[in-house]
Amino acid sequence: MSLTNETIQTQLEEKFADQVYAFSTETGMLSFESPAALNLKVMQYLFDELGFNFLTDLCGVNYPDNKDAELVVVYHLHNFVENIRLRLSVAVPMAKPDVFTASKLFEAANWMERETYDFFGINFIGHPNLKRILNVEEMDYFPMRKEFPLEDQTRIDKDDEMFGRG
Amino acid sequence: MEAQHNITLPEGSIEKKTTTLNFGPTHPATHGVFQNIMEIDGERVVSTEQSVGFIHRAFEKLAERRNLYQITPITDRLNYCSSPLNNMGWHLTCEKFLKVETPKRVDYLRIIIMELARISDHLICNSIVGVDTGAYTGFLYVMQYRELIYEIYEEVCGSRLTTNIGRIGGFERNFTNTAFTKLEKFLSEYPKVLKEFENLFTRNRIFMERTQGTGGISAARAMNYGFTGPNLRAAGVDYDVRVANPYSSYQDFDFTVPVGTTGDNYDRFLVRNAEMWQSLSILKQAYEKVQSFKGAESEIFHADVPEYYLPKKEDVYSNMEALIWHFKIIMGEIDLPKGQIYNPIEGANGELGFYLISDGGRTPFRLHFRRPCFIYYQAYPELITGGMLSDAVVTMSSLNLIAGELDA
Repeated sequence: MSLTNETIQTQLEEKFADQVYAFSTETGMLSFESPAALNLKVMQYLFDELGFNFLTDLCGVNYPDNKDAELVVVYHLHNFVENIRLRLSVAVPMAKPDVFTASKLFEAANWMERETYDFFGINFIGHPNLKRILNVEEMDYFPMRKEFPLEDQTRIDKDDEMFGRG
Repeated sequence: MEAQHNITLPEGSIEKKTTTLNFGPTHPATHGVFQNIMEIDGERVVSTEQSVGFIHRAFEKLAERRNLYQITPITDRLNYCSSPLNNMGWHLTCEKFLKVETPKRVDYLRIIIMELARISDHLICNSIVGVDTGAYTGFLYVMQYRELIYEIYEEVCGSRLTTNIGRIGGFERNFTNTAFTKLEKFLSEYPKVLKEFENLFTRNRIFMERTQGTGGISAARAMNYGFTGPNLRAAGVDYDVRVANPYSSYQDFDFTVPVGTTGDNYDRFLVRNAEMWQSLSILKQAYEKVQSFKGAESEIFHADVPEYYLPKKEDVYSNMEALIWHFKIIMGEIDLPKGQIYNPIEGANGELGFYLISDGGRTPFRLHFRRPCFIYYQAYPELITGGMLSDAVVTMSSLNLIAGELDA
């Protein structure tokens, strides 16, 4: 049986009813959302039943204007046999950013989740070694959140002759 | 006599049977800034923990304040052994996102540059594997052909290592005749060099004994660890983005995807070598295709996208329309469409993906790079545990880890 975006959507809707939503096929890739509590169930189903056994990418996104869904974890999954990709995203509130870890299902998720934790502060429940990976461990903020802006390039308070601001 | 004040040792360090070894971050055998804290028993690796991020430069955050064309130089600094591949991947992502159609000649010229970059990357990786097993000759010998490849880049874009080559829509200028002459030189001389390089290593007993059966991984584990590129193919999975999701007209080319069986260092080496032969064949085909364009078609080197492709300088000085576009592009006053896209290309060491989210502003709302070696470096402890320390060095170089890409 060959999989298409439509058949995947139908099967997911049969299995999870209204727990999977916001389907779209923008630029050809099926993308949808599910509640954060169900992310593992959905991925396990995709893994076992639909052959999505390759985790291409996992990353966080911060939408500061979405109330109670400020942080989003995006999974890109790939079925090599049918050569079809899909995108699953789960949203969590900034106040309680808890998502179940996918590292039991995919070893690849281990570091990608650490990276997402490092930059967005998403707490992956059950992760074997959830600590910062690219930034220094003493850091006390999550730099990819929108509330941390880049340095203002017009600032004048910094005495820095080496960089032409002296 | 007063009590002697000795140095206090950490608890358990006398009874401990293993030695803790700090391997890196600045060790000549790591070829980059990699640190491993290893527990070794004699010369056997008992366990290891990698620490990464020594050259993290926050590219993803930087990209949120930059226009699309300003992000290209950032991508240079990911895998700096094959920057043109990253540049092209970024341009292709933007073009797919902005729905820009590129002319066939642009696609073929891009393939020439991409395959040259792939050859230079594989060349460095394989010759470094040679260096780590004790054969410096191969590395030194092939270096002059990497130099020739860099000269071709130089002819096309003016720079060598961090190339910033091409623009959204095509190239900043047409290929010069010198570029094509150098390409011809490369195509005629390189096969002989590659053959000689293979003769040095492929059936070399020392090399075979050092690399066979070390750093191996099964296909299932490799997939679970998110391996892509030559490392995954060496384990026996024939996944190549150029075939699975053709981009830049790769579907017009005839080539095979070499695969290995055991996923060990030797297979990775062989797969890379075989891929260089395939890249050579693609290069020949692409050059023939480029030459087959006649008349006005043979002068096309970019698509018609005034919103993103800088107009010619003489037009900027004489033509109002061009001046306006020039200003708007440079000042970044062009609003992107809303939406998101994930676009992968076959980088030299795996699937290089760009995940771009735009909220309709002038810069990406979020840009994430799927860096292949960040993902597969996780498997390193599994690859080396139980093996010799000297094999761990070879395994590290045969994985083709590039610190710039790993740390983003």
